[in-house]
Amino acid sequence: MKIGVVTFPGSLDDRDAARAIEMAGGQAVHLWHGSDDLREVSAVVLPGGFSYGDYLRCGAIARFAPIMSSIITASEHGFPVLGICNGFQVLCEAHMLPGALTRNHALHFLCRDQKLRIENNETMWTNGFEKNQEVVIPLKNGEGSFQCDDATLNMLESEGRVIARYLGEDPNGSRNLIAGISNVKGNVVGLMPHPEHAIETLTGPSDEGLTFFTSILQQLVGR
Amino acid sequence: MAKIIVEVMLKPEILDPQGQAVGSALPRLGFTFAQSVRQGKRFEIEVAGDPTPEQLAQVEKAAETLLSNPVIETYVVKVEL
Repeated sequence: MKIGVVTFPGSLDDRDAARAIEMAGGQAVHLWHGSDDLREVSAVVLPGGFSYGDYLRCGAIARFAPIMSSIITASEHGFPVLGICNGFQVLCEAHMLPGALTRNHALHFLCRDQKLRIENNETMWTNGFEKNQEVVIPLKNGEGSFQCDDATLNMLESEGRVIARYLGEDPNGSRNLIAGISNVKGNVVGLMPHPEHAIETLTGPSDEGLTFFTSILQQLVGR
Repeated sequence: MAKIIVEVMLKPEILDPQGQAVGSALPRLGFTFAQSVRQGKRFEIEVAGDPTPEQLAQVEKAAETLLSNPVIETYVVKVEL
């Protein structure tokens, strides 16, 4: 099963994301931001990093890359997309997910092993988790504070679209401690922490991040 | 040469930690006038001659789609001759 990983100028975690896909049993396909060709992949990961140097706003320029036009169109027909960190910021800028990611409330760049609760295990990217499973996954960003208006927040909460929430001390001032959300269909998921850095205990705090990648492969195989 | 100015500010309800940091640095330097500080962005766009209504309409569109994020920001378009 082929899963694409997009490389923008300034992407950092595209190789780790590709490796996580391979570890989960899939075939990673590298996609270039400047092409609109999805190369017959069945899903796409938008990786972490600093696309276009985070100029203007994080994800604001990457959102207009040719590959994004194809991804936006495909996602409207159920094509699965996971945005991690900068990828989450791109999804918000592209209005594929509501809200926006702003500067961490304490202004510091954070890099820590973060405890999370997976609250929605029915999306394409989280179906391998137990409901309310607690996991530890690295969080590393400067602009990870999830913000939206009250109506959007109520909608996300009432529709069960908060897929992951921070546990313990508030890392960044996100509304309702939101770490990740999904769209209505559950095919588009954005997540601030980095599951691709938690796929084996040799190099990560856990191997629990791998479940995001095994979830999507299971979903695609079971179709 | 005329300049079209686009000023972008975070909406009042959006937390602005950068503005807060500036606001708390001011009194340390003896500047005690500020009740609060909010930080924004200013874009200066040069055009040949006086801006036409079409150009201004295009700048409005660019401000809405790229220069600002309407989820968290507002913008104002002005002309400086």
